[in-house]
Amino acid sequence: MGGPAAAALDWGPLFLALRLAAVTTAILLLLGTPLAWWLARSRAPWRPAVEALVALPLVLPPTVLGFYLLIALGPGGPLGQAWAALGGGPLAFTFSGLVIGSVLYSLPFVVQPLETAFAGLGRAPLEAAAALGAAPWDRFLTVAVPLARRGFLSAAVLGFAHTLGEFGVVLMIGGNVPGRTRVVSIAVYDHVEALEYAAAHRLSAVLLAVSFLLLLAVFAAGRANRLGPR
Amino acid sequence: MTGVEVRLRLARGAFTLDASFTAPERGVTAVFGASGAGKSTLLRAMAGLERGDGRVAVGDEVWQDSAAGRFLPTHRRPLGYVFQEAVLFDHLSVAGNLGYALVRTPRERRRVGLDQAVAQLGLGALLDRRPEGLSGGERQRVAMARALLRSPDQLHLDEPMSALDAPARAEILPYLERLHRELAVPVLYVSHSREEVLRLADHLVLLEGGRVAATGPLTGLGASLALAGAAAEDDDAGTMADAVVAGHDEEYALSWLEVGGLRVTLPRVDAAPGEVRRLRFHARDVSLARHRPEATSILNVFPARVVELRPAGPSQVLAVLRLAATGGGEGVPLLASITRRSAAVLELAPGDEVWAQVKAVALVGRPTAAAAPAPPPARP
Amino acid sequence: MRAAAPPLRIPALALGLAATLAAALGPAAGCARPEPGDGVVHAAVAANFAAPFADVGRAFEAATGQRVAVSAGSTGALYAQVVAGAPFEVFLAADEERPRLLVEAGLAVADSRFTYARGRLVLWSPGRPGIRPGDLGEPGYGRVALANPATAPYGAAAREALERLGLWRAVEPRAVYGSDVGKAFLFVATGNAAGGLVARSQLTAEQAREGWPVPQELHRLLDQQAVLLTAAAGDEGARALLAFLRGEAARALLVEHGYGVD
Repeated sequence: MGGPAAAALDWGPLFLALRLAAVTTAILLLLGTPLAWWLARSRAPWRPAVEALVALPLVLPPTVLGFYLLIALGPGGPLGQAWAALGGGPLAFTFSGLVIGSVLYSLPFVVQPLETAFAGLGRAPLEAAAALGAAPWDRFLTVAVPLARRGFLSAAVLGFAHTLGEFGVVLMIGGNVPGRTRVVSIAVYDHVEALEYAAAHRLSAVLLAVSFLLLLAVFAAGRANRLGPR
Repeated sequence: MTGVEVRLRLARGAFTLDASFTAPERGVTAVFGASGAGKSTLLRAMAGLERGDGRVAVGDEVWQDSAAGRFLPTHRRPLGYVFQEAVLFDHLSVAGNLGYALVRTPRERRRVGLDQAVAQLGLGALLDRRPEGLSGGERQRVAMARALLRSPDQLHLDEPMSALDAPARAEILPYLERLHRELAVPVLYVSHSREEVLRLADHLVLLEGGRVAATGPLTGLGASLALAGAAAEDDDAGTMADAVVAGHDEEYALSWLEVGGLRVTLPRVDAAPGEVRRLRFHARDVSLARHRPEATSILNVFPARVVELRPAGPSQVLAVLRLAATGGGEGVPLLASITRRSAAVLELAPGDEVWAQVKAVALVGRPTAAAAPAPPPARP
Repeated sequence: MRAAAPPLRIPALALGLAATLAAALGPAAGCARPEPGDGVVHAAVAANFAAPFADVGRAFEAATGQRVAVSAGSTGALYAQVVAGAPFEVFLAADEERPRLLVEAGLAVADSRFTYARGRLVLWSPGRPGIRPGDLGEPGYGRVALANPATAPYGAAAREALERLGLWRAVEPRAVYGSDVGKAFLFVATGNAAGGLVARSQLTAEQAREGWPVPQELHRLLDQQAVLLTAAAGDEGARALLAFLRGEAARALLVEHGYGVD
């Protein structure tokens, strides 16, 4: 590692990071939507506790999160044991392990915009839908989701971008395995530590450009989709 | 069909709704009362949007019965609901909004077709538009069509005109009046506007502080008194009657309408004999005499009996009368606003036979012959 | 009548903000900057040596009455800070490269550079006392943790040793890399890696007995070097600290902590 090999741009870590971000975002949208829906509409007394838990990854240092994840993913930890019970192998240092870590790390970035969007609907459109014969699932899919689509876009973009930039957690649970857990943020860090500044610049510039173009594309598409003049 | 039966109790903070009434199976029942009386709460509870305790039955179907542990959720009640602010789905076009209702109505239940609803509410030009580009009046029309497309067993209208300005209201009124005439399902119309109630309703439920204070046909005495009582300050007490056009006096441009065996004369009405028109007799237009007036310019003079005398302010008294009936029955009720002094001088007392002179009769709801005609009703 | 409240809110907000900023920056601004000759020796110490250095520092203070102020961090970070002008007086690195670079750049006194400790590698597999390197090649053996050879001296040494033992081909597919030897240790300690090449100084005596000490001939020397920074060239206290570090008392402490000495 280092020396002449560092001169060529290694696309592997970038693709790995993009894949991680995509998988994580997909999972979070799936899991986060019902959670956000419940948070937006529930009046249960323990709702603030759930909201605090969801927001926890916002305030925890990523290395702390990573540290506890490492323990939890290990053979003695709850996640590691549950996974093993389901027939899985070790979780740390694998892409699956990173996905689990990223899901926790980016959770509030997906759930909070969704919760805000759902709460902003108010009860009127859903009552109107019920009065038109729409059962609960029907109302959710045909009225709540379409009306909240800006929230979905926001959640997806934030979740994706946040995971793309993930570093501290991956440092702890990744193990820097090429092709599996050596994501672009780790690769840049490695280059810097090894004093390979040129390579670090190159990789960072590519990441910056890719991220920007991605966000640009998403926001441009969202603009076209925007509801008409208010 | 046995009409609508409601017995609901609902506590919300400091306010308790405890309403019990029945409404006829046809026509418009107005739920009337001051702001905060619980009208919207009652309507929502009947629809299942709020969970009240008690019983709601529409015709043969029991929508909820706490004693039997039954509660149909809103989406399973065959009702149509029009909210104060239309609440159209912004992500769908007008056609999409209408379709939303239609596809959720089982084929075998469908009595109202898309074309029919569009024609009835004049939405032809608006079908491709999106809700946010529509005016208030247009939005309410779409909301009404959408509710009708459910082919509901009961239509709920929650102050549909409150959020509209005067021109929009004028635009909507003809459509609502059509509803009143043509719909074969009961309509529950919540309003705090007496004018709307008088124009559109057949039956009244008066709510005060969450309880039913009075209920009855709008043409009845109970409703008239209830409405009069509800507006002690202003001058608009009166009674209503549905009269049949009997004929016209072409020479003098007058029309005769018959109600309760009596003939009422008005300026020429644009209607054919046999058609029904709603008349309003304002108490301030009615004066009394002990003896039959002679050589008077007033055309409508009827024998009446005094039922009751009610104080109505420092100088006025409201005389409650029943006009002489023909062939049994109670006789058409009438209210007269006279001074206390006159009542004393004439020595009026309940039971007295007097003569009522009605100086002016108002036609409710239909414009006079001079104005533009309303759109022709589409018979289902 | 218009309420007077709203216009007042903005100045109050600005005032509050200013007060908060002052409170946050104040102490730092008012803090005394370390100055050579102020009676305290300011030492920048590599993180992995922080624990032994606490003992050494205490012994030094007891012996000479001079106080020591320690800033611990990763060698790379401390190096960058020195280059940027941080007011340290002595620098204890975890490698020999950074002190050498400082001397070359004229930021450190040339003849003050020496090896203060030598790191030792141990192959450690908790729950498998008596592990031998050959075991790593077993088909059923799990992941092997080591520090990143590209960025950490312990990692480079570990790889060299495995290569010399002819085991690198077998181990590499199962290797997981910590950004430093501390992470490598963490991976093994949490059970996520079956075993790994860690620093002797990280292990208890008992753990070290279970593991296999890697013979020094198999890899480059893990020399940790110290150096006097140019800015403190005239500081007696700083020179005294470095001298103490080479003395018998200090060496005994180092050996206790699992380091080798020359």
